[in-house]
Amino acid sequence: MRWNRKALLAAVLLGGLAIAAIAAAQPPSGVVRPPGGAEQKQMQLGAGLFAANCASCHGPMGEGVLAAGNRGVGDIAGEGPNLVGVGEQAPDFYLRTGRMPLDHAGEEPERQRPVFNSREIAAITAYVASFGGGPKVPEPQPDFGSLPEGMSLFAEHCAGCHQITGEGGYVPGAKVPVLGHANATEIAEAVRIGPFLMPKFPPSQISDDDLDKLIAYVLRSKHPEDAGGWGIGHIGPVPEGIVAWFVAIFVLGGVCAVIGRRLSS
Amino acid sequence: MRTRAKLKFALLAALGFLRGAGRRRKREPIVEAEGGDPRAELVVALLLLAAAACALMFVVVYALDWPKLTQWLGLCLGACLLLIAAALIYAGESFVPTEQLEEDYPPLEHPEEQLEIAQIGSESVRGFSRRRLLLGAAGAAGAALGAALVVPAASLGPFLDTESFYYSPWRRDRRLVDEDGKPYRAAEIEYETFYTAFPEGAYREELAAPLVVVRINPAELDLPPGRQNWAPEGILAYSKICTHAGCAIALYRKPRFPQAEPGPALVCPCHYSTFNPADGGTVIFGPAGRDLPQLPLLVDSAGELRAGGDFSGPVGPSFWGVRTRRPTA
Amino acid sequence: MIRRTIRFLDQRSGSAPLLKKALRYVFPDHWSFLLGEVALYAFVVLVATGVYLTFFFEPSTAKTVYHGSYAPLRGMEMSRAYASVVHLSFDVKAGLLIRQTHHWAADVFVAAIVLHLIRVFFTGAYRKPRELTYLIGVAMLFAVLLEGYLGYSLIDDLLSGMGLAIGYGVALSIPFVGANLALLIWGHPFPGDPAFWSRMYIGHVLILPLLIGGLLSAHLALVSSRHHTQFKPKRIDGERKVTGIPTFPGQLPRSLGLMIAVAGVLVLLGGLVQINPIWLWGPYHVYDGTNGAQPDWYLGWLIGALRLVPHFDVVVWNRTLVPNPFWGGILFPLVVMATLMAWPWLERRATGDRRAHNVLDRPRDAPVRTGVGAGFLTWVAMIFMAGSADRVLVFLGISYVSQLWFYRVAVWIAPIAVGVVAWRLCLGLKGMEEVQAEQEAAVRSARLE
Repeated sequence: MRWNRKALLAAVLLGGLAIAAIAAAQPPSGVVRPPGGAEQKQMQLGAGLFAANCASCHGPMGEGVLAAGNRGVGDIAGEGPNLVGVGEQAPDFYLRTGRMPLDHAGEEPERQRPVFNSREIAAITAYVASFGGGPKVPEPQPDFGSLPEGMSLFAEHCAGCHQITGEGGYVPGAKVPVLGHANATEIAEAVRIGPFLMPKFPPSQISDDDLDKLIAYVLRSKHPEDAGGWGIGHIGPVPEGIVAWFVAIFVLGGVCAVIGRRLSS
Repeated sequence: MRTRAKLKFALLAALGFLRGAGRRRKREPIVEAEGGDPRAELVVALLLLAAAACALMFVVVYALDWPKLTQWLGLCLGACLLLIAAALIYAGESFVPTEQLEEDYPPLEHPEEQLEIAQIGSESVRGFSRRRLLLGAAGAAGAALGAALVVPAASLGPFLDTESFYYSPWRRDRRLVDEDGKPYRAAEIEYETFYTAFPEGAYREELAAPLVVVRINPAELDLPPGRQNWAPEGILAYSKICTHAGCAIALYRKPRFPQAEPGPALVCPCHYSTFNPADGGTVIFGPAGRDLPQLPLLVDSAGELRAGGDFSGPVGPSFWGVRTRRPTA
Repeated sequence: MIRRTIRFLDQRSGSAPLLKKALRYVFPDHWSFLLGEVALYAFVVLVATGVYLTFFFEPSTAKTVYHGSYAPLRGMEMSRAYASVVHLSFDVKAGLLIRQTHHWAADVFVAAIVLHLIRVFFTGAYRKPRELTYLIGVAMLFAVLLEGYLGYSLIDDLLSGMGLAIGYGVALSIPFVGANLALLIWGHPFPGDPAFWSRMYIGHVLILPLLIGGLLSAHLALVSSRHHTQFKPKRIDGERKVTGIPTFPGQLPRSLGLMIAVAGVLVLLGGLVQINPIWLWGPYHVYDGTNGAQPDWYLGWLIGALRLVPHFDVVVWNRTLVPNPFWGGILFPLVVMATLMAWPWLERRATGDRRAHNVLDRPRDAPVRTGVGAGFLTWVAMIFMAGSADRVLVFLGISYVSQLWFYRVAVWIAPIAVGVVAWRLCLGLKGMEEVQAEQEAAVRSARLE
């Protein structure tokens, strides 16, 4: 009996893995993979993927397609910034958070499941970094001992857009991402490069030590201390109003209906 | 002896009972009582006992200081109250006599009393010969007393002197410092980010103190006439307080790539008023009705940022008659 | 024993006839008549929990450094007001429960008042001889809105500070007297004189509660002296006679049960669902702000109005005459309040109906009133919803600017559409009833023949 159940479980798991493997083997739509990817060296792989998926907007050598109406590789209309000197930091951030590649130039890059696997991301990142100089992928050490300082830094530099508990928001022309999915490295990268509409904060403004405090605050905000019970999203009045109306008033209206009669005549 | 006394007591008691019963029988019942419902009464009693248990639990939880104390306390007390409520409502719906009564609505008016009141009033003053004078004098006394009693309210604020709205701690040569009090150097102000600055040595928690400082390529600036040298090396300083409703301009939207329109903008997160730092703080979106006040900047010989004077206009939300005149220190 | 107590009291107060009358006071019975009671009981909970909170709250903006048990704020400089509320929330046993219950009670209080107002409006309960009761009720609603605003503003956290800044901006925008008025209230340009905190505190815990309590007593006294309205009873003349359940014994367990149920629901929410977690917002500074800052739900219609108004000030010769926040922050609520207060007289003028009414209309019985009311409600509700457009963007991804323009148009079109639909619906329902009645009459007369 017990053995049977285990075998069943194993079979289900194996079947699931097989389906997942088949799904993973299919290239996601819109991404072109040059043949022979698995055997290529990193630089070759990166160059191939870059040429196929990035160069239409960023130019074949990452020089950017700057003027509106200009055509990039393959005569595809696209405009994208110069990538020379961005180093590993920016490609690592944009690719690992699935923000690149975009469907259309100019749209807001939003967090998605990355379309490239980690080997491909490393390859493209190395290739882009080879355009010239630039910072490496940062390795922050979140400093959980200085949460009050982290909060002050966040309030001064970040809360205006990301909301004080990192629940996202609005800035004219864009939706500000919720920080719930961001890990320490991604936060550090975003602070330094300033993706899309976000300002970039250089080390002269937010030192690496301060950045570690800031990251600790953001990571902590994902699991805030809900001393009061169910946190209902940590954005305050909007969900509170919904609970007041649709829980409290709903229940009390029901009590009224039990006590009072209905219109019978 | 003992039996007689007993008999006498019993007789008296029976008499009393009869008299009492007789008196009770004379009264008509007021409440139309229905028959009891032993089962429902038992349910109500059980609900009340459960409520008592919850209340005791509340005391225990409080005394033992359980983890998740707030949740346990709320659960115990809330459950206790809801059980009592359920007991009461169930009792009301099952065995408490619930009569349907009728009653007259009170009369809409009492014409006789109305007349009498008016009569009392007029007859009481009929004998007065200087009625108008008295009325006028009483009115004057009342109005003057009212005014006298209201006047101390003016002490609540500098009622008539609205000059304080034009005040600002900024004056020529005052240094811009960061949150830790460290002076900002022009060389460390970078493009594509924003800084919060305060007047050196001044109180920070007032509207006219905080600045937002940004740097824009001088070639892209289009400042109003007269402000040509307010932005040395492209460094601009604006009041950090929105001219709409007084919130802090806590957003700097800086497009990474020129495709995202509009360009750099300062935004208030309360109602999303958006100002263009490149052309002197004009409103480009949102409800604000007045430009963001700009502060002229200087770079001193040590390379530190200093104010070159006062703001281009009064800081904070607009008010009746506010002019775009320079604030006074 | 009971007889002796009654006799003792009667001999010393002479209140037996009054008490007897009160015990047999007749409550007309309908579930919607209990909404006002829900509001009343929420107020009772507010007073009870509020008194407890005053034992811990310090209304002071003097600076202190937090050293309590909530680690992420430890060592941060903040006002004593904010520190005392964080202390209350983390280091006072049952403190957070009472604070959250108080806040939930406030949210539910206003919701119940609004529902009660809607019931009173759509049934025509405000008509003669109950206009004064109604006026006092509307006045109370606005006093309660101010009371709620002061309550959450006292804490001096980031959200409440931003709310106060907006309140200051709105006060300043009042034409001619705005600047003077703001100085009277704040004592100094924002964030104001330290005494402002004492003023706000005494306003929240004494002046406004007294005002609300006084208006409430008058409201209840008027209800009982004119007696409650009722829906048309079957057998009797409802204009002359009222029918229902007496206070005692029938109504008592029900009303008492409802009161305790209100308290129970609020305490349960207070313990289990987090409301206004001020320790997450952090202390307020005039130079800090957060995205998505919203007021409590009952002021949401004002932030919606402030955001919807296009950017224009009335400016003459380089002087601003009417600053922008006036339209959304002052004029709009004034129009709503004035319309509500004037409505009984507007309706009287329009219909020429000057009679006293004890029998309520069903909404369909007064199609025009129902249409106008539905339209008005839609107008306010649309503006209310516009206030949450930024959160809708975050959750649903609908562009903020598109929403803004949608609402700018819809707040004028939707009320008319909803009003007309409601009006037609009432006419339809009434028509159907008449047809049904005719058929029944025909069947009856056929049987007779």
